[in-house]
Amino acid sequence: MSKLTMAVAPRDHAQGAESAPVTLVEYGDYECPHCGAAYPVVKKLQETLGKKLRFVFRNFPLNSIHPHAEHAAEAAECAGVQDKFWEMHDWIFENQETLGDADLLAAAKELGLDAKRFVKEMETQAFLPRVKEDFQSGVRSGVNGTPTFFINGVRHERGAAYEDLLAALQAVAAK
Amino acid sequence: MASTKSRPAPKEGILPAGTRAPDFSLNSTPDQKVSLKEFLGRPVILAFYPADWSPVCGDQMALYNEILPEFRKFGAELLGISVDGIWCHLAFEKDRKLKFPLLADFEPKGAVARDYGVYSPEAGSSGRALFVIDAKGVIRWSYLSPVGVNPGADGILTALEALQGK
Repeated sequence: MSKLTMAVAPRDHAQGAESAPVTLVEYGDYECPHCGAAYPVVKKLQETLGKKLRFVFRNFPLNSIHPHAEHAAEAAECAGVQDKFWEMHDWIFENQETLGDADLLAAAKELGLDAKRFVKEMETQAFLPRVKEDFQSGVRSGVNGTPTFFINGVRHERGAAYEDLLAALQAVAAK
Repeated sequence: MASTKSRPAPKEGILPAGTRAPDFSLNSTPDQKVSLKEFLGRPVILAFYPADWSPVCGDQMALYNEILPEFRKFGAELLGISVDGIWCHLAFEKDRKLKFPLLADFEPKGAVARDYGVYSPEAGSSGRALFVIDAKGVIRWSYLSPVGVNPGADGILTALEALQGK
């Protein structure tokens, strides 16, 4: 059974309270269609479970098959430093077909980010080390494709369908 | 080549750590063969997998392609092996932009997978199996993944670390 080797920490992007009984960590690739399919599933889980759930997203871009994934991940981090991580995260998953650099910049403007700073940090790849750190931690934790989920630190082995994830989350919450 | 009849089923049969890795010579391109013994002096990772063109995103080979720099930090070479023919491998490598060779265990079909105890006769292909072989050609870690489960890379990295620790 594979376990999360890098514990959830303040460095992470999280929705929900640290005190929530269940933490769901997703390793995802912004250009991966399966992650795109999991995006509304996670939203629905958050609605259903409310305060019981904390959700954390970490980057796992598979660059050779998804040429835009790493830049998209960097864009989310660039937005994150301006307190708009989740807004950019949502935008990306809702616009998976258009993830070119110009699209990402347009999104940054649409979200009201400081565009100059965004461009500069994209160009200097200021957050690439962080994206890579996410990736490495995933590799070490047994991430074997995207999306891979961990529930309270243990890899979720069943599917990413709503019912599968809900059952697994509820089982852990009931403990 | 030993008779395949006498071989145990792959589940019991995967060659364990401590076994000398059977040598092989397989095509990596139509006119180029790769032999295991060429790699003596550095670690080798063998990744047996069922087939090219697996329909999932982030399949095993695409994942290893991304992790290749990590493997290389240990001086290790990665070889992918399946029963697919060489032309199929070439098309797959190109499509997935793979930066490591795929070897065709094509004729006699699955002979190398059988030697390593990971051939699945029912499927007519190799199982998903991983081997980490040390610089002297001895298997230091082996793992046969359950059907349908992509084993990831954490086990390989742990095994490479253990090699280095010696």
